[in-house]
Amino acid sequence: MSATTWAWLVLLLPLLGSIAIGLSFRAVPARVAGVIGTGAVALAFACGVAALITLLGESPDARHHASTLWEYANVAGLDIKLGIYLDPLSTFMLLVVTGVSTTIHLYSFGYMKSDEGYHRFFSYLNFFVFSMLLLVLAGNFVLLIVGWAFVGFASYALISFWYRRKTATAAGMKAFVINVVGDIGLVLAAFLIVQHLGSFDYETVFAKAPQVFQTNEWTVIAICLLLMVGAFAKSAQIPFHTWLPDAMEGPTPVSSLIHAATMVTAGVYLIARTHVLFVLAPTAADIAAFVGLATLLVAGTIAIAQTDMKRVIAYSTMSQIGYMIMGVSIGAYAQGLFHLMTHAFFKALLFMAAGSIISAMANMQNIDKMSGFWKAMRFTSVLLLIGGLALAAFPFTSGFFSKDSILAYAEARGGMYTWMAIGGYVGAFLTAIYTFRLVFKVLPGEPCKEAQELIDTGHLYHGPAVNPHTLEPEDADVGFPGPEHHIAEQSKPMAIAMAILGFGALFAGLIQIPGVTDVLFKFLDPTFANSPLSEIKPSVGAEWRGLAVGAVIAVVGIWLSWVLWVRRPELPALFRERLRPVYLLCLNKWYFDEAIDFLVVRPALAIGRFANGVFERFVIDAGVTGGTEETVRSASGVVRAVQNGFVRSYALLLVVGFAGLALYFLIVQS
Amino acid sequence: MNIEWYIVLSALLFGIGAVGILVRRSPMVILLCLELMLNAGNLALVAFSRAVGNGQGQVFALVVMVVAACEVVVGLGLIVAIFRRKLPLNVDDLRELRG
Repeated sequence: MSATTWAWLVLLLPLLGSIAIGLSFRAVPARVAGVIGTGAVALAFACGVAALITLLGESPDARHHASTLWEYANVAGLDIKLGIYLDPLSTFMLLVVTGVSTTIHLYSFGYMKSDEGYHRFFSYLNFFVFSMLLLVLAGNFVLLIVGWAFVGFASYALISFWYRRKTATAAGMKAFVINVVGDIGLVLAAFLIVQHLGSFDYETVFAKAPQVFQTNEWTVIAICLLLMVGAFAKSAQIPFHTWLPDAMEGPTPVSSLIHAATMVTAGVYLIARTHVLFVLAPTAADIAAFVGLATLLVAGTIAIAQTDMKRVIAYSTMSQIGYMIMGVSIGAYAQGLFHLMTHAFFKALLFMAAGSIISAMANMQNIDKMSGFWKAMRFTSVLLLIGGLALAAFPFTSGFFSKDSILAYAEARGGMYTWMAIGGYVGAFLTAIYTFRLVFKVLPGEPCKEAQELIDTGHLYHGPAVNPHTLEPEDADVGFPGPEHHIAEQSKPMAIAMAILGFGALFAGLIQIPGVTDVLFKFLDPTFANSPLSEIKPSVGAEWRGLAVGAVIAVVGIWLSWVLWVRRPELPALFRERLRPVYLLCLNKWYFDEAIDFLVVRPALAIGRFANGVFERFVIDAGVTGGTEETVRSASGVVRAVQNGFVRSYALLLVVGFAGLALYFLIVQS
Repeated sequence: MNIEWYIVLSALLFGIGAVGILVRRSPMVILLCLELMLNAGNLALVAFSRAVGNGQGQVFALVVMVVAACEVVVGLGLIVAIFRRKLPLNVDDLRELRG
């Protein structure tokens, strides 16, 4: 079979899984739904591997195929196809998506066992995987937008999975609305593209763009800025990031799959996919890189002050995606995607470990109340530590190689990009501190009462069923979290999933050691060969120098957080006192929610109130519709008067009318 | 034979019928007056037919008679229905259909 046939199968399997589970929820038991869902994604991964093998059998320059199932619309000079485009970039993305999804399905299989709505959960998860695959495999901008919107919907549905929990539904709506802002950007960009290049197809667009556009022409800058709006909304970059921390209201596997490993990296994929346009618009690319840099620093500072376990990890996701956005914007395409892959491993792992610990805490997420889990949950603790080390870029873990490859590229490009590299190292320092703040608060020390109960009895602690944020009472029926979630120590599927990802988080970096291995960059090279920026390659010496700096920063960061939160725990309180404004700024997330509320939401509400109270009432109701109604009513009043019910008056009218007519003809004739 | 006398007679009959419809209130009489008007028309048709010299006008008159008969059936049916429901047999009182 050809590579594209495999790719179609990859698309088909999760869709079939979603439909099958969605339709059979009365007929099959929950376990079967989990097996179907996990199996569909695992098979999709196998098909993805088959596509990769087929692709590797071809010469590197021939590794791009477009395949069309049918034409969707062919009218007025537009040619919209249901077509996919398979090249090293999309193959890479589909492998990451299906691979990580498989482990997360496996994890959900155990984690969600006691929840009502198990079928619905797996149906949504499979639908999400299908949408994400549609996004990365799409062969034209129309299908890309379709996948983009589907992914947004799947995210909404899964954040609001516990639909009776008000905070969860509000978070779902917030995510959806902000994502739709991004969709609008993407649609407008596609409009400009088809207006100037006459096609939606990737191959045509990217072949024609360098001939049609001059470098930094305003149209191509506009296209890139609009694409960036889409990318930033999906990838939670400033100023569209506020939905991501709130999205942690969803079940932990959802946070792991959608809001860490796959969906939020769609923006990185989009910029990498349209790199031809970004090369033509260096100004826009620089803006994107600066936004990425700003996001990674801002998110890092916020993460240090947060106490909600999942939100800390969510801010670290934002920060890591900042690296990727910066990377693919400055031309470090393969490096950015390398980080995307390693990040998918260790971040999914971190969320899984966090989910396991939160289960043991009976859904409480405050890290200030956690301690001593090293004694209570050894396996989860080890995996959390591995994820933390990879996130903090500890030497020779996967994050170490991938993060530093981006920064080494930035340094090699020189000029102001050197400053970006320095900013990136500052961010790495923050990363090490906040990651190990989390680890040191949760793992060492005397076990908290929840951990103690687990050690003493072997059972999970059960608190009152409440919303962990608002403390509203809940029950365990459908629409709320189940009576308990499960921990990796007591659930095989969860442990297997975490072990696989732990292996990836530790060793995935080894495929791309500077000067030693070059698997990934070589594979991705054909996709990015047409970009002059991919010519820039840092020397092996420079890369190792960067790695050494990164190693020192990571180790110092970890040491510092050990000092702050283990050795001298009184110090953070002292800092909070002394640097109160800074602390409040970070604690309140730099007031982004408030700023957006003030700048966007309230003006929009005021306009809405004006439109409703003044425009609607006086112009529409009274003027346009009211005026028409009055005219018709008065005119019909006149006509109605004729119908008075006196038969003889009708007859008179008839006779007089005919007499008048006859008279008229007589006069005309004579 | 001069056709003008027939036409004058037809016009007189038509006028009597029309005035009858306008001034009388009994539906019965109105129906009779309608009949009178139709037959005034018939008279004119037959007269013209004779003057022209072919039978087309007479055929037309026959058709009018059929129509008139149908109309009387409907009209009388209505009048019987009005009578049975003990409504006043007066068209000025039967004016519920005003707009």
